[in-house]
Amino acid sequence: MKHWWKFLGIGLLLFASIAALRVPLAPALVHVSPDRIAPGPVELTITGYNTRFGKEESVYLKNDNQRVCATSVTTLDGTHLSARFDIPAGMKANLTDIAVGRLIYNGALFTEGLGAGITSGSCGPSTNKIDMSGLAFVFPNRSILYESIRNLHFHVPMWFTMIVLMGISVFQSIKVLGSNSLDRDLAAEMSVRIGLVFCVLGLITGALWARATWGAFWTNDVKLNGAAVTGLIYVAYLVLRGSVQDAHKRARLAAIYNVFAFVLLVLFLFVVPRLNAIDSLHPGNGGNSGFSDLDMDNNLRSIFYPAVLGWILLGCWMYDLRVRAARLANALDR
Amino acid sequence: MLRGHASTSGEARPPTFAAVKPAEIAALLRLEMALDLRQRAAWAGMLLYVVSAVYVCYLAVKGGLGLATWNALFWIILLFAAFNALARSFQREDAGRQLYLYTLVDPRSVILARAIYNGATMIVLSLLSLLVYSLLLGTEVLEEADLLQFVLAVVLGGIGFAAVLTLISAIAARAGNGIGLMAILGFPLVLPLLLTVMRASKLALDGVAWSITSTYFGGLVLLDVITVSLAWILFPYLWRD
Repeated sequence: MKHWWKFLGIGLLLFASIAALRVPLAPALVHVSPDRIAPGPVELTITGYNTRFGKEESVYLKNDNQRVCATSVTTLDGTHLSARFDIPAGMKANLTDIAVGRLIYNGALFTEGLGAGITSGSCGPSTNKIDMSGLAFVFPNRSILYESIRNLHFHVPMWFTMIVLMGISVFQSIKVLGSNSLDRDLAAEMSVRIGLVFCVLGLITGALWARATWGAFWTNDVKLNGAAVTGLIYVAYLVLRGSVQDAHKRARLAAIYNVFAFVLLVLFLFVVPRLNAIDSLHPGNGGNSGFSDLDMDNNLRSIFYPAVLGWILLGCWMYDLRVRAARLANALDR
Repeated sequence: MLRGHASTSGEARPPTFAAVKPAEIAALLRLEMALDLRQRAAWAGMLLYVVSAVYVCYLAVKGGLGLATWNALFWIILLFAAFNALARSFQREDAGRQLYLYTLVDPRSVILARAIYNGATMIVLSLLSLLVYSLLLGTEVLEEADLLQFVLAVVLGGIGFAAVLTLISAIAARAGNGIGLMAILGFPLVLPLLLTVMRASKLALDGVAWSITSTYFGGLVLLDVITVSLAWILFPYLWRD
């Protein structure tokens, strides 16, 4: 069966896309009100996400080795909790983290009133009372990212697919230089066209993600500049094709430009950022830890890799269809 | 579509890495020089372009410029001057003379000679731009600068622009579309070089030590070498019809 890879691609895409949208996020604490407290009796309202707060939760504030337990806890509903604390005066450090059961929210609040003396209020060991049943397969719930972490399975595969298609294009262009084959030239053009589609999709998904996490649709970032330059280069490639009439001349000029541009593009994407040590907001650049270090986990990976392979196969299928359609159109023209 | 595959594929030359032919290149360089001397107006035009561009900037900004802006404006002017100057490189010859050259010399000698000549043109043009620019827009930013490093960045940047744009100019001329196509094809390809050289010259203006800036100069030389080698490999394919 020669079409097996198309079925594989569609299967992977269906699996990955449905999973990417359906898998719930892991429970986490997302909000504490008020977020600035002083010594004395304090009542905090804690908001969770995808949590199922039960009757008896162990709630405590902590920082480093100090810990202050709640004097009373009222569960309002599955995601809201009200807890009373009696904050002693003169803690050694500000209490900043809050924990409910085994869920910990770092940097949730700030406690005023430092002193030199007390290290800790009396507090028992934390126990895991969160009901995790039915939430066995979850995506990590990271602050800033939250639900947008699903976009990992759409945004990143676009760029992988684009690189693969541009790679096919430059391979075909090198073949054009050796053989002057118009058919290979057609293949090079179509892979660039499909590659540009994925470039646009990558930009759109990226812009939305950037708006949700960084606050702007476009930021001055190495990767964004790289994407913009890639788009410009390949649109210029199509303009060059459009301005030459003779088919053989067009094939050769386009192939030369494609090879030249691809090498400079690789330099731009992979060498210049390292050289310039430019700041980047993207994970794994400019001193940021890689996405894989902090945010990736095996659940994400088990969806991410099928998504990448699925999108690449879909891109290759689209490319194959365009080439065959163009060949038929050429045959009809004659 | 009149010409089939067979007729053209027979001509395809496999890329052999023949040795550089210094005699041919020297002769071609002399030819370029003679042609340029004959067209002094073109040189005058380039100089006037730079002076006008700097003057426009001078009138537009009026008064003190920050270091970063000074640097950015300078490189933007140089970039446009490079496009203007190098567009002529392959534009000026007709098909007949190209065919004549083709029968006489190795195409690789042609691209190498052009790249060298354009590189020299760009060095002269960049240094002149720098002179006019500092005269009009002030030299305060140069006081803290490591001048040797800055001039080196200007020279390497000029050579780099020439290296990238020589092949692009040849492609645009072949496509029969003038300076417009050259700008479209050239701008995205010049960017890696431009970003690196701007960074290097900014550091030079800040007076940063060689131990830090040497990475950038190394990178610039690497970019120059890679683009010239690519032009050397690809040009023979461009140069036959």
